[in-house]
Amino acid sequence: MSPARETRTRKTSKTTEAPKTAKTPRASKSVRKSGKGASADRPGAAHRRDLLHAMLRIRRFEERCVELYSAAKIRGFVHLYIGEEAVAVGVNEALTADDAVVSTYREHGHALARGIPAEAVMAEMYGRTTGCSGGRGGSMHLFDANRRFYGGNAIVAGGIPLAAGLALADRMRGQPRVTCCFFGDGAFAEGEFHETANLAALWHLPLLLVCENNRYAMGTALERHEAQTDLALRAASYGMVSWAVDGMDAEAVETAAHRAAGGIRAGAGPHFLELRTYRFRAHSMYDPDRYRDKAEIERWKAQDPIERLTDRMRERGELDDKEPAEAERRIGDEVDQAVEAAEQAPEESSESLLRHVTSTPAEVS
Amino acid sequence: MGPGRTDERKTTYREALREGLREAMRSDDRVFLMGEDVGRYGGCFGVSLGLLEEFGPERVRDTPLSESAFVGAGIGAALAGMRPIVEIMTVNFSLLALDQILNNAATLLHMSGGQLPVPLVIRMTTGAGRQLAAQHSHSLEGWYAHIPGIRVIAPATLEDARHMLAPALADPDPVLIFEHGVLYNASGELGPPAAAVDLDHAAVRRSGTDISLITYGGSLPKALMAADELAVDGISAEVVDLRTLRPLDGGTIAASVARTHRAVVVDEAWRTGSLAAEVSARIAEGSFYELDAPVERVCSAECPMPYARRLEEAALPQVTDIVAAAHRAVD
Ligand SMILES: Cc1ncc(C[n+]2csc(CCOP(=O)(O)OP(=O)(O)O)c2C)c(N)n1
Ligand SMILES: [Mg+2]
Repeated sequence: MSPARETRTRKTSKTTEAPKTAKTPRASKSVRKSGKGASADRPGAAHRRDLLHAMLRIRRFEERCVELYSAAKIRGFVHLYIGEEAVAVGVNEALTADDAVVSTYREHGHALARGIPAEAVMAEMYGRTTGCSGGRGGSMHLFDANRRFYGGNAIVAGGIPLAAGLALADRMRGQPRVTCCFFGDGAFAEGEFHETANLAALWHLPLLLVCENNRYAMGTALERHEAQTDLALRAASYGMVSWAVDGMDAEAVETAAHRAAGGIRAGAGPHFLELRTYRFRAHSMYDPDRYRDKAEIERWKAQDPIERLTDRMRERGELDDKEPAEAERRIGDEVDQAVEAAEQAPEESSESLLRHVTSTPAEVS
Repeated sequence: MGPGRTDERKTTYREALREGLREAMRSDDRVFLMGEDVGRYGGCFGVSLGLLEEFGPERVRDTPLSESAFVGAGIGAALAGMRPIVEIMTVNFSLLALDQILNNAATLLHMSGGQLPVPLVIRMTTGAGRQLAAQHSHSLEGWYAHIPGIRVIAPATLEDARHMLAPALADPDPVLIFEHGVLYNASGELGPPAAAVDLDHAAVRRSGTDISLITYGGSLPKALMAADELAVDGISAEVVDLRTLRPLDGGTIAASVARTHRAVVVDEAWRTGSLAAEVSARIAEGSFYELDAPVERVCSAECPMPYARRLEEAALPQVTDIVAAAHRAVD
C-alpha cells in the first residue's frame, strides 16, 4: 500500500526576522510560481476579502475576550492569538471538512477558522453547558468532534503524537485526508515533536505539521531555546518536505498550505511549514511581558497581517471605503451575540461533575 | 489456522496472551498491534511471535524507540475509529509515555465534554523476580490505578491472559493491561472460556473462612502457596484476585472480609502510597466492624529493586512473609 516515496528536498528559504516591508517574501513567491495549480487557485479579490474578514473576526473576538477577562467573566489561562491570525486563516483554506485539526492552548483562532461557532467558543470560556467542551475545557481546551477539531492541548507538543495517530488511521484505511497539527516554536524543543517527526516521515503519514514560530516560548526567545534557529531546515532533516513561510501574510500562508496539503493528499508523506509570525500581546493574561523590547514589538506590529492585506487590497482598488465599516459591524454583532448567549446559558450542574470520566458510569471506583 | 496456533488445553501464559491477540485481530480488522519489536523480533518477551507472519507489517507494526510518539499515535488512531493495541516493553519505559497516557488518553473524554472516547488498549510488562535490577523491575500499576478515566487490569491466570483482551478492546475507554514478567512461562491447562471473564469483578481463587489474602498479578501464585501452607497449620485462607485494579471491586473485597474478618493485602509495589494502601483504607472505611485484627500488608521493601538474587528475594514479598502476616492476624 505504500505510495512511491518522493524525493524529499529541502525547500526552505530565508525570510527576514522581522520583515521590513509588506512585500511577499521570497519563500512564498517561489512556492507560488512553481506550485502546480497555484496560479489557477490564486485568490481573487472576493477571496481576499474573505481572508481579511476571517482574520478580523478572530481579532475582534479576542479583543472582546480581553475585556471579559478584565471583567472577570472569563478566568483561567487565556492565550491570545492577536498578530498571528494569518496562520490559522491561511492554513484553514487548504483543509476540507473531512480533514482533522489538532491544536494548542492558543487555539481561539484555529477553532473559529475551523468553523466552531463563536457562540460555542465564548460559552466554553464562560464555563457554560453550551460551550464546545461542555464547560470542562475552557479557553485552552476547545473541542468539536463533528468538525474533527481535536483540541485544545495545553501540554506543549502533547497534541503532536495524537495527530500522527489520526493520520495513521487514515493511512491504514486509505482515506485521502489530511491531519493538520498546529504547535509553537517552543514545542520544537520537546522530544514529542522529534519522536513524531521521525515516526511520521518513516511511515509516510498524511500529516501537516504547522509550526507557528512566533519567536518566543513564554519569555524565552528562539535564540535562547534553539541551538539552530532555522526550524524548517531541521524539520527537513527528518526527510519531510519543509518550508519557511512569512506567517504575517495570509495569502502566502494559504498558498504554502495548499501546496503542502496537495503533496500530502498525493501521497508524499508529512509536510512541515514553519510560519514566521509574532504575537502582539503577552504570552497569557498573567504575563507582564518584561522580556521583549518594545521596539521589537512595534516593528512586528508594522507587519500586522490584517493591515497588510487591507493595504494590498486598497492598492489594487479592491476595497471600497464603506466596506471595512460594514464588516466591523457584522463581526461586532456576532461577537455581541456570542457574549449575550454565553451570559444567558446555564451553568453545568455540579451533579454532572463525574459525567464523561468514563463512557459508562463505573459501578465501583 | 495460522502458524503457531497452540493447543487450547495445555498452554502457557505467554501463549494464552498471543491467542487472545490472534483472536482479536482475526475478528476485527480495526485491531492492530504496535510497539517496539512486536513484529520481526516477536515481542521482547515473545508474546507476539508469529503474528507478523499471519497479519503482515501494517497490522503488526514495529515502532521506533519513541514511547511517547507511538502511544500518542495509538490514542489518535483510536479517536479515528481504529482499535489499536499498543505494547510498551515494560512499565518502567511507560514513564516516557506518561504524558500521553495521563494528559491525553485518560483526560480527553472528560475535557471534551464527552465528545472523544479513546478506545485504546495498552499492554506492558511489570514486576520483578528475574534479577533485572532497578530499571526493569518495578510495579507501577498502582500509579496508573490512581488515574480516573482509565481501566487497569492485571491478568494473573491463564484464563484471564487468554480472555481479558476481548472485553478490554470492547471497552470504549483506555484499558491498561499489566502482564507480570514471571508469569509468562507459567503453564497449565487452559479451561474453557469462563462466562465470568469480565473486567468489573475480582475473583475468589480459593475459598476460606479464617483470613482473606487479597492480591493480584504476579503475587497471586505466592498467595495461593501461602494458603496451602496455612492450611497445614489449620488456617483456612481465602484468596482474592483483584484482576481489575481500577475500578476496584470493593464489593468482593468487603464480602470476603465479612466472611473471614481478617485480611492480608499482598502487593509487589512499594508499601507507601500503594494499591495495598488503597485496599487497606477501603477495608478500614467499609468493613471496620467486621475486622477481628488489624489489616496486614506485605509489600516490596522501600528500595530500588536490587540485582543480586539474595537481595532481590529479600526485597520482594515472599510466601513466608505472607504466612507470617496471616499468623500475626489470626494468632
Ligand atoms: C510540557 C509543558 N511544559 C511547559 C509548559 C508551560 N508553557 C505553556 S506555553 C509555553 C510556551 C510554549 O511556547 P510555544 O510552543 O512557542 O508556543 P506559543 O505559546 O508561543 O504559541 C510553556 C513553557 C506546558 N504547558 N507544557
Ligand atoms: Mg512561540
